[in-house]
Amino acid sequence: MLLLILKRIGLGLITLFIVSLITFVGVEVLPGDACTTYLEREAYGAALDTCIKRLGLDVPAYERYLDWASNVIRGDFGYSLSGEMPINEVLGPRVKNSLVLASVSILIGIPLAIVLGIITALWRDKLPDIMISTITIFSMTIPEFISATLLILIVAIWLGWLPGIVIIPSDATFYELLSNIILPVVAISMIMTAHMARMVRSSVIQVMASDYVQMAILKGVPYWKMVFRHVLPNALLPAINVVALTIAWLLGGVVVTEVVFNYPGLGRLVIESISNRDLPVVQALAIILASIYVGINLIADLMTLMLNPRLKSLQIRK
Amino acid sequence: MSEIIESVKNLSIGFNSQKGKQISILRNVSTNIKKGETVGIVGESGSGKSTLALAMMGYIKQGLFPLKGECLFKSEDLLKMSSRQLEKIRGRKIAMIPQNAGQALTPNLKIGYQIDEALKLHTDLNKRERDKKISELLNKVRLPSPETMAFRYPHELSGGQQQRVAVAMALAGKPDLLLLDEPTTGLDVTTQAHVLELLRFIAKDTGTSMIYVSHDLGAIAQVSDRIVVMYAGEIVLEGPARKILKEPIHPYTYGLLKSIPKLSLAGLPASMPGSQPQPGSINEGCSFYDRCNLATDNCKKNSPDLEHIKELDTNVRCFNYKELINQNNNLQTSITKKSNNSEANEVLKLKDVSISYAKQKFFDQLLNKISDQNPTVKDINIDIKKGETIALVGESGSGKSTILKSIAGLLKTKDGQIKFENDRILSSDLKMRNPNDLRAIQLIFQNPDESLNPNHTVEQILSQPLKLYFNLSGEELKKNIIDLLKKVRLGEFYMSRYPRQLSGGEKQRVAVARAFAAKPDIILCDEVTSALDVSVQAAVLNLLQQLKEDLGTTYVFVSHDLAVVRAISDRVAVLYQGRLCEIGPSQNVYKFPSHPYTEVLLGAVLEPDPDIKPKLVAEDIVEEKPPEKGCSFQGRCPRKIGDICNSKVPPWQIGENGNAIRCHINIEELASLQQ
Amino acid sequence: MESNLITEDKQKNKLEKVFEILKTMASRPSGLIGLSIVLFHIVLALISPYIAPYDYKAISPNTMLLAPSAEHWFGTDSLGRDVFTRTILGGRTALTVTFFGSLIALLWGGLLGIFCGLVGGKIDDVVMRVVDAFLSIPWILAMLLIVSLLGTSTEVLIPALGFFYGKGIVRVARAATHDVIAKDFIVSARARGHSNMSIIWNEIIPNVRDAILVEGAMRWSWMLLGFSSLSFLGFGVSPPTPDWGLMISNARGLMSFAYWSVIAPIVGLSSLIIGINLTADAFAKALGIDRSTKAPV
Repeated sequence: MLLLILKRIGLGLITLFIVSLITFVGVEVLPGDACTTYLEREAYGAALDTCIKRLGLDVPAYERYLDWASNVIRGDFGYSLSGEMPINEVLGPRVKNSLVLASVSILIGIPLAIVLGIITALWRDKLPDIMISTITIFSMTIPEFISATLLILIVAIWLGWLPGIVIIPSDATFYELLSNIILPVVAISMIMTAHMARMVRSSVIQVMASDYVQMAILKGVPYWKMVFRHVLPNALLPAINVVALTIAWLLGGVVVTEVVFNYPGLGRLVIESISNRDLPVVQALAIILASIYVGINLIADLMTLMLNPRLKSLQIRK
Repeated sequence: MSEIIESVKNLSIGFNSQKGKQISILRNVSTNIKKGETVGIVGESGSGKSTLALAMMGYIKQGLFPLKGECLFKSEDLLKMSSRQLEKIRGRKIAMIPQNAGQALTPNLKIGYQIDEALKLHTDLNKRERDKKISELLNKVRLPSPETMAFRYPHELSGGQQQRVAVAMALAGKPDLLLLDEPTTGLDVTTQAHVLELLRFIAKDTGTSMIYVSHDLGAIAQVSDRIVVMYAGEIVLEGPARKILKEPIHPYTYGLLKSIPKLSLAGLPASMPGSQPQPGSINEGCSFYDRCNLATDNCKKNSPDLEHIKELDTNVRCFNYKELINQNNNLQTSITKKSNNSEANEVLKLKDVSISYAKQKFFDQLLNKISDQNPTVKDINIDIKKGETIALVGESGSGKSTILKSIAGLLKTKDGQIKFENDRILSSDLKMRNPNDLRAIQLIFQNPDESLNPNHTVEQILSQPLKLYFNLSGEELKKNIIDLLKKVRLGEFYMSRYPRQLSGGEKQRVAVARAFAAKPDIILCDEVTSALDVSVQAAVLNLLQQLKEDLGTTYVFVSHDLAVVRAISDRVAVLYQGRLCEIGPSQNVYKFPSHPYTEVLLGAVLEPDPDIKPKLVAEDIVEEKPPEKGCSFQGRCPRKIGDICNSKVPPWQIGENGNAIRCHINIEELASLQQ
Repeated sequence: MESNLITEDKQKNKLEKVFEILKTMASRPSGLIGLSIVLFHIVLALISPYIAPYDYKAISPNTMLLAPSAEHWFGTDSLGRDVFTRTILGGRTALTVTFFGSLIALLWGGLLGIFCGLVGGKIDDVVMRVVDAFLSIPWILAMLLIVSLLGTSTEVLIPALGFFYGKGIVRVARAATHDVIAKDFIVSARARGHSNMSIIWNEIIPNVRDAILVEGAMRWSWMLLGFSSLSFLGFGVSPPTPDWGLMISNARGLMSFAYWSVIAPIVGLSSLIIGINLTADAFAKALGIDRSTKAPV
């Protein structure tokens, strides 16, 4: 069991290593280096020299990679060109803001998705299912920037209930944030919830058709007891991994949503740093976002390992 | 006259087809279950027997719905009850023992919890009494160490143990009626006999009524007082078990019984033409019309009613049943097959063949060391003569299919040689074999659904070997395909069909045709009839025999079914845990003296005859690995004589009838022990 | 002559098969709606240059932000351009880019997936690890980086989108191949001694094709979502080319008093994405891929 966990963690680390290689090589291969890209037409003379010195571009690429990687491992992402300060300082508040946004969305989204998925599966092809499924198809397919725009138009502009644009400094406190993030949270969790609800639905339907559920019914187990003891544990277990994959995939949607609401998180930093052609920050962001992805998947893997009796008994035998 | 527990009245169940047509899969079924009686419901797949059984618990599968009729349990209609009312009856009054307990036990809940759940629902016992009861129940179904068993998960048990847990769970609510849906299908022969024995004991012990649903007349014959025969959603025959099995007066039942291969008979069973019609395809007339040899014009237009015949205490659905009364003495006949020329040359020799599934460890690979001292299959020596049919018999895990695969070149041998024609060694690597050798050895698989590409038409399927080996094309290719289809008794119009448009028997015929397309010398048959219905199985066996007699092909026939092996084979090799136990001409292997394992297997065979009971001589333990030393059967042998069995590999002894037995017990002594 | 007849017959069979699948798809209301929407958009994309009432790039200070009227059905935007004209033209780039992008995704994802499924073992492990690593970089970050450094021309967008959306197809194709190669008909072909190429071509591809095509159709709708997000962020189509994502982005700031210039492109884009999605769903069901809705008997 411990070996299995270590193996999963090891695989995650390997993935991160490949990601760091990809981003590093990617930046190397694309035309221009970080300095010429950043300085554009002013890339000559003293300005270029200082920039090159600062980023250490005068040493060979593999040395630079080793240097950069070892710094990253120590938690130092280097120097932001546009911010003219260490990247860690740029990242700190942004990471916090995005985490607040994402975790609130997930905390609302996952339970909601599970409930909706179960309802649609149990009342399959009946009115609740048809209604909820139609809504989930819509909210799953409509891009975040459209739903966000519509939310602002309807809730903020026409109804005037909530502020349409988040106007807070990037180092706002948690409570300041909360009041401002209702609409962004709705926009993000809509698509995520829809995706997950559909997965839960098909998983529950599959389990409901299994022999052991039929057996439980024929044993005289009351309906809701059957659902909670015999169906859900077996239906939600395989859904964990898929849900993790979805969450990670939908990180992209967070970027767009943050831009629409002008929310000072990692997502907007992505756009800013790319617009400013600040490659060191882009590299740092790639590693951070990939770590989040790997982390979420690792958690899902470990949860499945813990909950699955088949794997548990593996440990007993060995 | 004892009390009726449940009665089904004019029940029809159906579904709506995609075109909006109402199609019934159960038509006008009526029957009664009396207190303390065991009723066997027998039928082939698609006959509606499982649907009927589930309806008797008030359960209709999703997508189906009752069209008319009722299921009365103690004069209340189960089909009209609310789910709240049904919860009070299911598990408490009527309990179910499912077909595949491995899938019917909830995987995330411990055995103990699942039994406890039934006790909590259906008894008033408190926690301590329930715990005691769980041990009692596990004990009653003869599971080892009931105390620890309760804390295990379903996947930690073997198939036979899972089935026993399901029985314990059903008994928890002390039901009046037990419903058994193919409870032994999918279990090994010996396990099956043990579970059946347990069920019979429980019926006697508790006085519970039972409904036993199965496709296997052998199993039905062992437990039933009364038998209901179903065909295409209807009851065609119903009566006392002995009458139905010994003097069947419906042509379907008659044919079915004749098509079952029997241990006591050498030779092939008679086959029934055609296959059961699909639901919804019959509009008028008797549903058995196209397969019946008693059919008249009347049968084509009018469908017979279920008629009660008082003197026989039997219900029958046939216009011409009288022709069958008193002419049943020829049930015990078979088609004799031409025996092959025993002087023929050997075409295939297996010499000291060992096969290992274990992956070599990385370091051993580097050092080129063979790490597995205890391979899955070991020391197989078999010489196969041209034109003979040799059968490899054994339960799951006996290595019979493994040997077949390595002959085909799909699995590398660890040691030993496979020699083909004049002692030429065949490479154990498929890629190293020459095309002619590949052509000469062909395979037929167990399940035609898996062995035929679902995206190819029959024409495409058959043209593959013809193109590959003979470079045929155009008109000539087509002619050959039609010839092949004719050989397996299929018409030319099958060429454009896809496998999904064929019945199980037709699919297997196509698979047979594909093997013969290569004009092979040897055909390897891997459980080729196990996925087929009995009546279809006989037809495929006869077809294989006919083709062999015409073309002189050699068969290596792998099967777990001793009766089928008896019917088709000239010689039999019995395997246990990848080691040979006994080999010899089939009529001798089926006679004593036998290897103790052969004795156990033969004893466990279920015959469709209430007078022949299985003999249970060994425990049905599941061994996962062959023992490292000594006799392979030491763990389960009922005739084990001592340490020598554990330490020394037994010698081969040749009996006077020509069968070779590998046992430490002297062969004459064995013969006297087994008398 | 004879062989000619056979191939003709086969072609007819294929057409019939396609027709039959379309018929099955249209037999459900959701499939019918999806198919009609997609068809409508394709036809619109083809004929819109000929039916557009105004010039899409004609700026006019006199007609800024007009509300919908008989002259300007959907009103005008902040530069005085006709919103109706720009809306019916706005799907052309998106459709073209994502269609060809999906084809590329299908091709490389499908082939690599089948390859991995076939070879298995160490090579498979390594390739899947790399694919996983690519999967863990948010697509939007990678796309933005590529586009910002290489430009927003379709020659960059199509292969880049195709590459990033093909990763998921690799997984599906690999899983499908894994399932198929365990089947007995593959074992049978191997035992007969067919070459690897012939087994792949005759036995494996026909059996994984459906799963891959369905995944490709799904990816198409996702790619459309991704592409319009890029446009919205200003990294997709460059102005003044009419594009829904870009139009929404431009009109967003003024939507408190000119909501029409936002609503029209939103309806256009959403309907197309929903249409493709419904079609892909119906396609999957027609091919029997969706396992949760199997027929009861």
